[in-house]
Parts: sequence; C-alpha cells; structure tokens
Amino acid sequence: MTVPARPRVRLATTSLAGCFGCHMSLLDIDEKLLPLLELVEFDRSPLTDIKHCGPCDIGLIEGGVCNAENVHVLREFRANCRVLIALGACAITGGLPAQRNHLDLGLCLQEVYLTEPSLSRGGIPNDPELPLPLDKVHPLHEIVRVDYYIPGCPPSAEAIWQVLTDLIAGRLPQLPERLVRYD
Amino acid sequence: MLDGAPVPFEPGQTVLQAALAADRYIPHLCYHPEFRPHGSCKLCTASVGGRLVATCTTPAEAGLVVDSETPQLRDVRRTLVQMLFAEGNHFCPSCEKSGNCQLQAQGSDLGVTTAGFRHLYPDRPIDASHPDAWIDFNRCVLCELCVRASDEVDGKHVFALAGRGLTKHLIVNAPSNRLGDTTFAASDEAMQVCPVGAILPKRVGFAVPIGSRRYDQRPVSAQALDDAPRPAGRSP
Repeated sequence: MTVPARPRVRLATTSLAGCFGCHMSLLDIDEKLLPLLELVEFDRSPLTDIKHCGPCDIGLIEGGVCNAENVHVLREFRANCRVLIALGACAITGGLPAQRNHLDLGLCLQEVYLTEPSLSRGGIPNDPELPLPLDKVHPLHEIVRVDYYIPGCPPSAEAIWQVLTDLIAGRLPQLPERLVRYD
Repeated sequence: MLDGAPVPFEPGQTVLQAALAADRYIPHLCYHPEFRPHGSCKLCTASVGGRLVATCTTPAEAGLVVDSETPQLRDVRRTLVQMLFAEGNHFCPSCEKSGNCQLQAQGSDLGVTTAGFRHLYPDRPIDASHPDAWIDFNRCVLCELCVRASDEVDGKHVFALAGRGLTKHLIVNAPSNRLGDTTFAASDEAMQVCPVGAILPKRVGFAVPIGSRRYDQRPVSAQALDDAPRPAGRSP
C-alpha cells in the first residue's frame, strides 16, 4: 500500500518597510533549503514573484508598516494566512524606519527633498504611483493580529528554521534563550 | 523557603540577596549588589506569603514562604520587560550596549519576542556635551543606579529623577542640565553602573564585536549568580 504524500504547507513571504535582510537570513539556512522545499510550497514571495497572496498556511512578513501600500499588503496576508509571523526587528518594533517617528513627516520630506543640496532638484516626489507615506512607522501588531514573532536584525537562519519546522510539525514554536536576539 | 526549598539567610539580607547568595536566581534589573535597593523595576516580584512583593526590598525572615518560578510570575515579569521596551526607544541593532545590556538580556532570558504594547516612540534628547561620556535618554529605564552611584560612591550628586508617571525622566545636576557642565568623570561609578545603553563612554564604539559580549556568552540568569556576593567560605 502506498502512503499518500503529505500535502505541502503553503508559505507566503513579503518585505514591507524592510531591507530584505530577513529574507537573506531565510536563504541562509543553506543546505536545509532542500528539505524545506519538500515541506513547503511558496505562494506570494520575492522568490516566486507571485503578485498577490492566495490562501496560505503560513505568512512570513519582514519590515514594518510605513506607507499605504504596506497596510494593504499586510491586510491581504492576514486575510489569507492561517498563521502570521512577524520576522525581524522592523516587523516587531518598527526598527530602523521607525527612527523617524519622533520627527514631523512633512519636515523630514522638506529636509531631504528641498533643503538637502544633493536631492533638492526635483522637489518632494508626488507621482500618483508612489504609495503615500504614513505619519508614523508601525510594527505589524499595531495593524493586524500577529501569531508569532521571530526577533533579530536579522533573525538567525537557525531561529527561522526552528520556528518554521516547529509549526510545520504541529508544535508550538519555542525559541531558546540564545536564539531570542534583538540585534 | 523559596519554591519549596529552604534558603539560609543572614540578618539584614533581603529575600533577593539571600536567594542569590544561595545560588538561587530571581530576575532583577534595578537591583545591584553594591547599592541600597530601589524597588522600582519590580522584575524581582515574587509571591511572599501569598502577597506579590519586590523581593529586593523585602527583608528575609525565618518562616517566609516565597514562590518565584511560577508560570504566572514569569508572565508578570515578561509583561514588565515588554512595557519597558515599549516605553523608551530601545533600538538594539544600533546600540553600542547590545550584548552587554541587562534589559535586553532579561528579555532574551524570559523569552520576550515582542513588546506587544503600542510603542510610545517618545521624543527624547541626546546629551553629548561631556568630553568622555554621552547620555542617550531614549534608553533610560529610570532604575536610578546612576543616581545611587553618584550619591553613594562618587559623592557628586550628578543625577536625579524628576517628574512623575509618564513624564518622569533623568536629569543632570547643572543649571544648563548638560552633563558637560557637571563634575562627572568617565572614571565615576555612575559611568560603569548603567544597565542599559543610556550612559556610555565615548570613543569605544563596538571595540568588542557583537556576538562576543557578556550576555552573548551566557544568559543573565547564570551571570547574576556568578556576580552575587556570598558569605566567606560559600562558593556558588
């Protein structure tokens, strides 16, 4: 008798206001990518170039929420992913982009695009295709419910592997002390 | 009795001091063995005779029943650390104290993966007026260790806390409120004792690489037991 193949877990990933460092860390699981590909099937991700997220088991989101498009993408992930994971410092705390949060957004744009000599020629960008920046940068959990968090800048490949394999095996993800890093 | 096991104590010791001397860890942040207890961070909260109290300010007595390692107290401590993270601007990836920071080390040890709360992102200044040290008020957790060190050891009274509640903040004892206008020196105990990255020496940034620092090697729960003062003849 043949055992039916176990259906692969559907995984979507995206980077909002992030630097793709967390995605690089995901790739940093190196040779474990091959067993991972036997366990998961990628939906929307920079690795597949699929533009919209379909129904998924796990969504991995890197980066905080800094503009209107980030809000749409985050809500699309939450609506489609059974389990949503905030990946890395920016998704969890706002991170580097949130370092502008104590400044006035208008003054920031003015300083960069009008006052600062090297960029001041074109004025403040106003193309209709550009998503509008939010007044403040937000961590994911301030916009939608988040199920799990993998801290770190970036989280280590080992931490990402630990959480993914725990979830795929049906275990509650547990990070030991040495994998709970904020830097 | 701590978590069901007897713990010896000497008169004058607090519950936390007796526990640490007996190689029994209770998480703490504003307590430092060299200074009088402050009781502000509440991380050392335990159930003493059924009441939740700060063990760093509770005198050890015969017959006390203390419960510390319970799931409920672990949750309480985790929440306290989360609130400290959400209240300031603790951006670990760019902080020179990362890996040597006790707030961060408590978070790792307690399994804190998110601040959970809405971050306040307060607008706080940086004081770089001193030639050898700088203060980043974004990272201050109001533990008063620099205040105690400057008062009790350095005898300079350089620091104090002002305001109440959310407006409470660290101030510097100079009409200009600038560290450079005080008698503060880089060799002061107040310089060494900051548990977070609020008071830092200048010109030593990242001399020890991330990954080779104090709490990169061992969790704070193990380090704190190594550091605890013990009566002569008793080893950890």
